[in-house]
Amino acid sequence: MLELPYIVEPRPDTGLTNGKLGIWLFLASEVMLFGGLFAAYIMLRVGGPTWPVGADILNVPMATFNTVVLITSSITMVMAWAALMRRNYGTYQLYMFATVGLGLVFLTVKYFEYSHKLHDGLYPSTSTFLAIYFTLTGLHMLHVIAGMVVITYFALAGRSMFRKNPQWLTNRVEHTGLFWHFVDLVWIFLFPVLYLM
Amino acid sequence: MSFWRKYVFSVDHKVIGIQYAVTGLMFLFFGFCLMMIMRWQLAYPGQPIPFIGSWLGDARAPSGIMLPDFYNQLGAMHGTIMVFLGVVPLAVGGFGNYVLPLQIGAVDMAFPKLNMISYWCLFLGGVIMLGSFFLPGGAAQSGWTSYPPLADIAPSGQTAWLFGMIFLITSSLLGSMNFIVTTIQLRVKGLSFFRLPFFVWAQFVTSFLLLLAFPPLEAAGVLQLMDRLAGTSFFLPTGLVVSGEILQVSGGGSPLLWQHLFWFLAHPEVYVLILPAMGIVAEIIANNTRKPLWGYRSMVYSVIVLGFLSFVVWAHHMFLTGMGTVMSSFFQTTTMIISIPSVILLSCLFISLYGASIRFNTPMLFALAFLPMFGIGGLTGLPLGLSAPDIALHDTYYVIGHFHYLVAPGTIFALFAGIYYWFPKATGRRMSELLGKLHFWPSIIFMNGIFMPMFIQGFAGVSRRLADGGATYDFAGNVTPLNRMMSWSAWGLALAQIPFIINFFMSMRSGVKVGSNPWNATTLEWQAPSPPPHGNFTREMVVVRGPYEYSVPGQKEDFLPQNQKAEA
Repeated sequence: MLELPYIVEPRPDTGLTNGKLGIWLFLASEVMLFGGLFAAYIMLRVGGPTWPVGADILNVPMATFNTVVLITSSITMVMAWAALMRRNYGTYQLYMFATVGLGLVFLTVKYFEYSHKLHDGLYPSTSTFLAIYFTLTGLHMLHVIAGMVVITYFALAGRSMFRKNPQWLTNRVEHTGLFWHFVDLVWIFLFPVLYLM
Repeated sequence: MSFWRKYVFSVDHKVIGIQYAVTGLMFLFFGFCLMMIMRWQLAYPGQPIPFIGSWLGDARAPSGIMLPDFYNQLGAMHGTIMVFLGVVPLAVGGFGNYVLPLQIGAVDMAFPKLNMISYWCLFLGGVIMLGSFFLPGGAAQSGWTSYPPLADIAPSGQTAWLFGMIFLITSSLLGSMNFIVTTIQLRVKGLSFFRLPFFVWAQFVTSFLLLLAFPPLEAAGVLQLMDRLAGTSFFLPTGLVVSGEILQVSGGGSPLLWQHLFWFLAHPEVYVLILPAMGIVAEIIANNTRKPLWGYRSMVYSVIVLGFLSFVVWAHHMFLTGMGTVMSSFFQTTTMIISIPSVILLSCLFISLYGASIRFNTPMLFALAFLPMFGIGGLTGLPLGLSAPDIALHDTYYVIGHFHYLVAPGTIFALFAGIYYWFPKATGRRMSELLGKLHFWPSIIFMNGIFMPMFIQGFAGVSRRLADGGATYDFAGNVTPLNRMMSWSAWGLALAQIPFIINFFMSMRSGVKVGSNPWNATTLEWQAPSPPPHGNFTREMVVVRGPYEYSVPGQKEDFLPQNQKAEA
């Protein structure tokens, strides 16, 4: 492999590492992906003959609980990064596992929510509201799973990276955190749009 | 390094660039073959296809006579393959990957592994698209635009199309991220933004278009997949009647929604096809006129403005959908505005020729031909951008003629120019000038033979999607004989590519060996050895001047490379 510049130290005139710029660009494209879906939601709701109130069909308490879970997981993610900044590997690993654990809690709650709906005979094909509900939350769930995979990887395989180049690992965890916060943010939009409005 | 690591799963931007370029060229050829079969049906409707008719099978062409469904498959896949698997991989993936890091003096792309993954996503997408021809019911057949509700109820080829597109979109997203980060982060010392070659600017803006315009199509693709696989009705209105019966779906969806999401990508996509071509042409014109580009800065500003505006013109593809006159007025206004930066770009290139002693080599011939061809394509777009004339011209052959002038004798000529121009960099050998000219002259004649009559047919009202080219329509009687001329031109164009194919392979083995800078060019890629080794440059590059310092008074040579100090 070649030595590429600005992986660990930021380029002086841009003030960015390659990875940080990369993850922000990736998030910009994610904004457009979910932006497209939210635009679709608006157009379907405005143009549709009827539109139900989300709370009549969906389980608001469960979703509220999940919102709290995800926000907490964003906090633990920041704590993990902060621990790495202090070069404290043990604490870092602990907070990483806490983040993955909270992600698991989120998925479990989501599993019960989904199976409830399917049990009641409420499928994506039942109405356009349920269709967009399943699509948006399903896509969000894929993002949660992707984030958890990456976080687990850095929690388990981080030790040798930490020994070799702690600043590099810190950068990578920061970028992973940015993605995780974005996933959290998407949920903060999804929750009121689907469940409350 | 093992063979696999070096040539197949390589992380070197040059190898990946060549992989992209070769894949793109093969798909261009394949897409061209699909079109040649279609052109038989248009010229001689209802007659058995010669040579290959008997291989196609009863589902496509019983006793060699093409079924309308198969014609639709060919049309949809010709468009999809040419745009997403032909031109974009060659222009962005191929030239972008190979040339951009060299021009900015970088050792590689910023994310080499991502670069490899992005190529293999494209490859998988291509395999899925090709494989879809063998599904029951054949490949996608709802046009390259895949409009629902037709696409929602089409056979399984459409599902394969959607999965293929998701791979192609992922590939583009990863690639465009990589280009942007590379351009911003890996420029060598002294290479400020206004010293970047115009090609780099063009790729840079293109990457932003790909990054931000593709995700909404991914969203739309997911919704259409849900419609097809989970029985939702995002794009199916209530009470849709299919084959005389009301479709049993929940309804309440909107077919127009797909069109908005699709064109939100597909209009910027048009500029994705054009901007890299302009970048290539700009490099070649500056080099062969031996003087700086006229109005380099206004070109850079224009390309940035063009990028922004390309996001707010999409609904000019939808004037006839009944979205309302207010919307139409807005989008025709933005469309007229976007023609301004395009005209600035083209004018700068034209004015650059003024007063130059032009070297008419093969790359320059293709680059020069690009200018009037692109001009025809651009100017014929104006009536389509205004909603009133578009009522008459929408979905006729006029539209086909218009955008093919932009991408076929426009972009593809620019891509040929780029191949002839950078071939010595990639191989250390030059392509034959004689064969190059044998390629160029018939190509430009046949290109016009295909596309010029389309304007005439379009004015006569011939619709673009008729499987018999209008043979059964009385009103088209005067203009259908043109179909034969167009088809023979298309087959002639195929023959005209033979010198290119021979040239390409022969020059690789036995072309004239050249040094690292055969065109006496100024940009950094010519300061690396030919072909450049892994890591690209053998000495440190520091840029001290702008990209096109040709014929500087008082210098011994008529070119000053970007990293070279002037003689006092």
